Amino acid sequence: MILVALILIPLLGALLVAVSPSGSSRAIAMMATLVALAVSVVAAVKFDYHQAQAMQFAVAAPWFDQFGITFSVGVDSISGILILLTCLLGPVCVACSTTAITERQKTYYAWLLVLQAAMTGVFASRDLVLFYICFEFTLIPMFILISLWGSTNRKRAAIKFFLYTFTGSVIALAGLVYVAWHHADMSGGNWSFDILTLRDSADDMTAREQGWVLLALMAGFAVKVPLFPVHTWLPLAHTEAPTAGSVVLAGVLLKLGTYAILRFVFAFAPAAVVEYAPLLATLSIVGIIYGGLICWVQTDVKKLVAYSSVAHLGFCMLGMFALNGSGVLGSVLYMVNHGLSTGALFLLIGMIYERYHTRSMKELGGLASKMPVWSTFMVFFVMASVGLPGLNGFVSEFLCMKGAFQASSAWGSGVWNSVGGPLPGATAGNLGPWYAFIAGTGVIIAAMYLLYMTGKVVWGTLLEPAGHGHGSHGSHGGGVSHGSHESVLPADLNRREILTLVPLAALCLFLGLYPKPVVDALTPAVSNAVRTVHENAATSRVPLAAGGEGVRP
Amino acid sequence: MIERLAYMYPEIALFITTCVVMVVGLSRVQATRNATAVMAGLGIVIAGVLAFVTTPTGADAADKAAGQVLLPNLAMYMKVVIAGVGLLLLLVQAGTVDRVEEGLISAGARGYDALRANRAEYYAFFLFSLTGLMLCASADSLIWLFLALELTSLPTYIMVTISSARNKSREAGVKYFFLGALGAAVFLYGFALLYGGTGSTNLNQIAFSFSAHGINSIAMAGLLVSILGLCFKIAAVPMHFYTADVYEGAAPQVSGFLAFVPKAAGFIALMLVLSAAGWRFERGAAAPSLSDVLQGGVTRASEFGHSLPESVRLMLWVIAALTMTIGNVLALLQTSVKRTLAYSSIAHSGYMLVGLIAGPADSFARSGIAAVLFYLLSYGVMSTGTFAVLAALERRAGPDGEAREVDQMDDLRGLTATQPVLGWVMTICSLSLLGLPPLLGFFGKLPLFTSAIHAKEYVLVVVLGINSAIAAFYYLRLAFLPFLEKKDEFVEVVGVSPFPSRVLGAVVSAAGVIVLAVVGGRVMDTVQSAATTGVQAGPMPAIEPVHAKTTGEPGV
Repeated sequence: MILVALILIPLLGALLVAVSPSGSSRAIAMMATLVALAVSVVAAVKFDYHQAQAMQFAVAAPWFDQFGITFSVGVDSISGILILLTCLLGPVCVACSTTAITERQKTYYAWLLVLQAAMTGVFASRDLVLFYICFEFTLIPMFILISLWGSTNRKRAAIKFFLYTFTGSVIALAGLVYVAWHHADMSGGNWSFDILTLRDSADDMTAREQGWVLLALMAGFAVKVPLFPVHTWLPLAHTEAPTAGSVVLAGVLLKLGTYAILRFVFAFAPAAVVEYAPLLATLSIVGIIYGGLICWVQTDVKKLVAYSSVAHLGFCMLGMFALNGSGVLGSVLYMVNHGLSTGALFLLIGMIYERYHTRSMKELGGLASKMPVWSTFMVFFVMASVGLPGLNGFVSEFLCMKGAFQASSAWGSGVWNSVGGPLPGATAGNLGPWYAFIAGTGVIIAAMYLLYMTGKVVWGTLLEPAGHGHGSHGSHGGGVSHGSHESVLPADLNRREILTLVPLAALCLFLGLYPKPVVDALTPAVSNAVRTVHENAATSRVPLAAGGEGVRP
Repeated sequence: MIERLAYMYPEIALFITTCVVMVVGLSRVQATRNATAVMAGLGIVIAGVLAFVTTPTGADAADKAAGQVLLPNLAMYMKVVIAGVGLLLLLVQAGTVDRVEEGLISAGARGYDALRANRAEYYAFFLFSLTGLMLCASADSLIWLFLALELTSLPTYIMVTISSARNKSREAGVKYFFLGALGAAVFLYGFALLYGGTGSTNLNQIAFSFSAHGINSIAMAGLLVSILGLCFKIAAVPMHFYTADVYEGAAPQVSGFLAFVPKAAGFIALMLVLSAAGWRFERGAAAPSLSDVLQGGVTRASEFGHSLPESVRLMLWVIAALTMTIGNVLALLQTSVKRTLAYSSIAHSGYMLVGLIAGPADSFARSGIAAVLFYLLSYGVMSTGTFAVLAALERRAGPDGEAREVDQMDDLRGLTATQPVLGWVMTICSLSLLGLPPLLGFFGKLPLFTSAIHAKEYVLVVVLGINSAIAAFYYLRLAFLPFLEKKDEFVEVVGVSPFPSRVLGAVVSAAGVIVLAVVGGRVMDTVQSAATTGVQAGPMPAIEPVHAKTTGEPGV
């Protein structure tokens, strides 16, 4: 029931916000998110870490018997940690909206809470249709958040965001329904949308069928991640969204895609994912490098961080398609770490925007002398994002690359095989050292663009936009949501803003210095997922080696 | 013949109500006249209850040896749905006609003049159309089907014409009438060919003839022509041209009526005709190729492997794909809400055609018929909600006393701020039409997906998916204009019409969209039994052979 509570608390909060006067909206939202956070911590304590790969706190109730659709929730350690992340970012989002959102507060906080409920639902679902419902329903609150409280180009950003993701997910739905139909057809008309049940029958599909399923599912989930050719909605949505929207988008919404790939693509198209891993990993690497290069030429700080998400999620996907323990573990850790550090970067940029109403690097510079506290945090989170050893980014980035490096007994594909013999420590998988090597250049690019940005904005000579000297704010702000509250903000961060950032910083440090507890919790679930992929790929109807129209031996 | 009565209690109840309404509506006492709508509502409720209680189903239906045995349980489900959605539609019709006239009478400016009043006729036509629709559901012969379809349609021509005082309504009525007559002529011609090819107008006997002797070329031509003609009723390409103009010209509450009633009639008729043509046959055998069917003249029943004769399937396939795509793409270009909804209604017909192509199966999730039947209910509720919002809004009366209706997208801007209830109904119903989970529209579309996948119509599934995405664009506009946008300063204020039942209709629809999504599982059980075909495979019992007629035995 604790999972149902985690979904219901924000929903009830939203209802409460909707019926109570506008002045108390923020307090109610804060309360609801804090309660949800507390409950999620209780859940984390009660979680049985010896059975981390099993679905715990499971609750199921029938819904549509004709389809075997149930309201069924449960978590293993992978979904558990993502729910924790979601619940942690809840109060952060409310806190960072205090002065930024002054109009239509009731609507704002209600939808923010609905969004949290939907995201929690995605991670908690054990039923495909329930998952899809929550997955799709995240679009509505985000659409509203962007189009009501975004900056100047918000309408276009919101529409683009919605249409991209909706189109993708409708095609993904077709793929998911095909998997369910296949199960029903095999089992004589017993429909089920239970994820584990479907996973167990997915290897009955031929490699060809799995290929189509993979394509359909990736059409939906790759857009959400976003993977390289379908990433174009993300920078726009990030740039236009209000701060809290960007934090949620980077922190959790993108992880819906990666999580879905891990859960569903791995489960329903095992043979195909093994076969197409090199292609998908290549796309990820293109995203890493292309995203990084674009970051380099950005002058808008927020856009820079947005594009850096494309690059970072590239690492996450690369680790995932390594299809081995360290790769997938790194990938899951990356989901959490990226949520923490990039979420924090968006918070920091939001704080600057509230003060100066600009995000242009041309108008900002040398803020260290003016805002030492802000600058400290900025440098800290940039380092976390770059992957400085000792901070969280390093752990996951290293694991992802290690996974890719080891993911084959050969050096790579084709001609490179002649370079060296079999590698020590190699695991099953279709990638190889060259993938890790090329992705590694992305780390360097990331260091360059992020440090360049930091050098410009934090150090250097003090540069403030005209009319925004110390203590005089508020003459030109385009967005609807930036009204009269600037004057309450001090030059440097106030206590609320520091309190918002400190937990994120502490977690970054903790996950960087001592990731062992988290790694230990995740390992059983991750190795379970990896093992299942390889086993099911091996038992799929057409063995890949045969490559023909055979049946299962 | 007398046993047919067992199927007709709801229609009889509706007919009696109609007669009462025609008299009461002409009363000289205003209070009595005002009770007309209430009586019509009562009649619909009684008809619905009667349909639920008295309609023979299953084995009972076979005992009666009456009615069609192809889809023996169709009548009960459809009639209950018709009564339910009909009641919703009735709520929205309040004050459509005689509004100015009654206002003048109340003010004492004019005495009651039966010749000027339209109320009695309007409600009578409304009920007649519903009666026709119910008769469609229990039709067992082509002649019956034709008469029922015409009884459904003829009143709507007049309802469109008198629905508002604008010339546009008259134009729409005339256009609708002539094109409707053309459509009727086409499917009547098809029915005639079917009779020519099989020697019977009885659907059971036609089915028997097809399964015994195959479909000869005359009957095949008849099938194709009747499907084409019925496309007019469901507003499918290429018979869709009237839709946008007629919906735009009619008052919104009448457009809402048109979006459900003729469409449901068309789909029932299509289901009956198609189930006579195929569907009963077991899957698995190789389907005859199109050229075989076209050249061979006669196709043996045993050769049918696919759910439908290939040429019929191909025709439906093309119509479905075109209907979805054209409807959605043209809906993108509209600025009028009614035209948008009209094109979207075309698109929804295309979605439902996918279910018809998938055909029947043994479980709800696989049966295309069940999907269509459930979708008809979902679509009826959702689209009535959107039209009800339009009907409940109006600008204050102009110099002619006629309140002007609200039809431009821009009029909906910021609606939620001034009319929160109607704004939210618009948002909910539009999102449901879009198919966004967890609203009703999603659970309507899901069986279409599953049944089409079961029938291995993968390309159609993709077309359906892409079209749902195209539709997102204009439904998002409809859903969020009221909620997110600010009212334009220069656009005149939009108020609520003085008929609370229209608002009630809108609210009930929106509530239905949510409630049915939660308890939909129960409904689906009923739908599945309604979608049961008389014979799943093998020979058909309880059908007299065609030659029975010639030997002088009494026909069924």
